[in-house]
Amino acid sequence: MATLELSLPEEVEQPVRRRRRLGFLFWFAIFWILLVVVLAMFAPILPLQNPVDMDMLERRAWFSSEHWLGTDGLGRDELSRLIFGAGVSLTVGLCAPMIGLTIGGALGLLAGYFRGRFETLVVGSMDVLLAFPPLIFALAIVAYLGQSIPNLTFILGFLGIPAFMRVSRAATLTLARREFVIAAEALGASHARILLRELLPNVFLPLFAFFLLGVAVTIVVEGSLSFLGLGVPPPMASWGSMIGEGRESLEVAPRLAFLPAVAMFVTVLAFNLVGDTLRAITDPRQGAL
Amino acid sequence: MSGVLLSIRDVAVDLPTPRGNLRAVDHVDLSLEAGRTLGIVGESGCGKTMLSRAILQLLPKKAKLAGRVMFDGQDLAQLAPEGLRRLRARDLAVVFQDPMTSLNPVLTIGTQLMETIQEHLELDASAAKKRSIELLTAVGIPAPEQRLAQYPHQCSGGMRQRIAIAIALSCEPKLLIADEPTTALDVTIQAQILDLLAREQRRRHMAMIIITHDLGVVAGRADEVAVMYAGRVVERAPTQALFKHMHMPYTEALLAAIPKLDAAPHTPLPAISGRPPDPTRPLKGCSFAPRCRYATNRCHEAKPELKSAEMPDHLYACFHPIQMAEGIGA
Repeated sequence: MATLELSLPEEVEQPVRRRRRLGFLFWFAIFWILLVVVLAMFAPILPLQNPVDMDMLERRAWFSSEHWLGTDGLGRDELSRLIFGAGVSLTVGLCAPMIGLTIGGALGLLAGYFRGRFETLVVGSMDVLLAFPPLIFALAIVAYLGQSIPNLTFILGFLGIPAFMRVSRAATLTLARREFVIAAEALGASHARILLRELLPNVFLPLFAFFLLGVAVTIVVEGSLSFLGLGVPPPMASWGSMIGEGRESLEVAPRLAFLPAVAMFVTVLAFNLVGDTLRAITDPRQGAL
Repeated sequence: MSGVLLSIRDVAVDLPTPRGNLRAVDHVDLSLEAGRTLGIVGESGCGKTMLSRAILQLLPKKAKLAGRVMFDGQDLAQLAPEGLRRLRARDLAVVFQDPMTSLNPVLTIGTQLMETIQEHLELDASAAKKRSIELLTAVGIPAPEQRLAQYPHQCSGGMRQRIAIAIALSCEPKLLIADEPTTALDVTIQAQILDLLAREQRRRHMAMIIITHDLGVVAGRADEVAVMYAGRVVERAPTQALFKHMHMPYTEALLAAIPKLDAAPHTPLPAISGRPPDPTRPLKGCSFAPRCRYATNRCHEAKPELKSAEMPDHLYACFHPIQMAEGIGA
């Protein structure tokens, strides 16, 4: 058979490190997140006024050198409350999706890989969880276990599990029948190895993108729950409870609701921006299509 | 040669489908000696891939396997999962059709290759890296050190298939199953990949099964060829003998369907008319009969057995074998 002799040395191009311009918005988002995190972490040692000290003579005071952002309806320092509130919002906003990511992600991965009865059980129980009204669940937990940040984190995290499970299972289902998984199996890889080394790195990308979205959503939901009085116990500050309290003086001092709302908006936007950019950079498949 | 490595006895694979039971592989007998090459040829959907998955015990969970798959003296179908896993790790490897999907898209080539090597040969990281570079050089990849840091999508199709072969070879298998290894590649790369497989096979003295729909692929490279149709082996012979005196009309039709360079322009390509029979409704007679130009009433009534005639190692399943086949140079 006459074939072309093509075993010439082939050229290989050096992989060029592409420098990507990340743009002003990305750096602004990073800056804002760092600022909020640092302020929230060091809030107790910063020269701030006590966020729960009331000054009844200075209620709803305008910006001044004493109270940079004025005071709220009970005469508490608004700036101090914003910064301490950031700590609560961030703790809940980061920890709760983490619970969903870990438990939901693992369940989805196992269900999508092993299928069968285990999958039916997992998907069925998640549907039950989704059908249960979340507010009733939150009310029940708060009523029995009390109002506290760990309880709030647990509620929000638990409610996030079905969504993470679905994302992870859907990604696993499409990947588990791909040939690289069969090839790994043919080379004698164990189930644990296939799950952790072959599937997890693939499933993690969509899960992580969903996680950052989850952070943004959870911050807002925590705000709504605190607004309804199911969130952090007063007098502790969180952005949501501040908006809720600001509602009472919306006509006379709209800034009391507006300031925490802006802080929440910018933070959520920053998380979304960073999440999108990071995903675009780290996704090695972008060039594959 | 050094004895039988793989022997498949009476293997049948049944897949339950909503339309009824689908017999994907129908009582196939094959054997392969160490260091030899077996070509399995047939059109799409004739059970080639299912047969290879049956050998690897990687059938879909619902599939039912009957018969015995003896590999190196052990019945793979009876082996416990842990023993099977160890055996696969040591002695079996597979190369798939599409190198796009047979490599993990989010891990670098180095990670995929080195992890396999570390797992199988119990080497430390630096030894594994050295070994990976050797392997990539062996499969003809220039500048292997740089390749290790790249992701699969940064390599071309031929390059990816070479990498997939390197990974398959990394554990020094006794048997390599190449499931349509060149179908997704263009023609110039096909020859290179097939030559590469043949060269590594000789060097490592491993047995190989090449699965393909292209008789031209097996012509120069396989020691023995099995032609499959509708889940059955319909003709089996040493390659030389098969191309010299093919007996089965299906084999002849397959060969005729290969485009020829010396044919006059605008010559119609003699395609095999019709389609393979519905595997959920097995025919009473020969499954090729509805498409066969030599078919008689007898072909529709009874199934011909796979048996040998004048030559003991040339088996075929046909009532009306082609006697005077023109010798077609392989």
